Amino acid sequence: MTTKKFMFVNRKAPYGTIYALESLEVVLIGAAFEQDVSLAFMDDGVYQLKKGNQTKGIEMKNFQPTYRALEDYDVTKLYVDQESLTARGLTADDMSVPVEVMSRAEIGKIMEEQDVLLSF
Amino acid sequence: MLHIVNKSPLERSSLDSVLQTGADGAILLIEDGVYAVTKGNAAEPKLKAAMGKFKFYALTPDVDARGIADRVMDGVTLVDYAGFVDLVAENKTCQSWL
Repeated sequence: MTTKKFMFVNRKAPYGTIYALESLEVVLIGAAFEQDVSLAFMDDGVYQLKKGNQTKGIEMKNFQPTYRALEDYDVTKLYVDQESLTARGLTADDMSVPVEVMSRAEIGKIMEEQDVLLSF
Repeated sequence: MLHIVNKSPLERSSLDSVLQTGADGAILLIEDGVYAVTKGNAAEPKLKAAMGKFKFYALTPDVDARGIADRVMDGVTLVDYAGFVDLVAENKTCQSWL
């Protein structure tokens, strides 16, 4: 099987909509097929990685630990947009997993290198 | 009047609409709306400017779920689900800005 470069573009906050969780599910499927997977977090998507989620009160599954499991599937390319962090009063220290913080333009360049882009 | 906002201020214009339309009353932020009351977010100045007109509330379970409990701006009152019900009961009318 040929390996393709897949990028998942995450632009939605967690919990308010189902996009973040669905993206994670598809990421894990892609990784199981040994594809070259990367994740970009921009706009409200950066909120997906804000540490300290406690979801007992809203009676929803806390899927934050799943991001930590990505490493076990060799998914280690997590790119976070600096401008999106700044607009939300967040910094790299707020992220629950190791990420590469870069400018929107740099993320744009990496997008150009992809074979497949999946947007959530 | 109680205004209820459940959308992120940086993705949708719901909160802006409330601030431009409403004259006074209470604004309760729930679900993704709670991001509006976090320190340092781009909507913070607008919210601060509106604090004289409106009283701001945010729903604790939604704040906790998103890991932002330590970032809530001063002047915002946190309420639980029972407090949500109280706000609805106290106000003559309420409007959800979906």
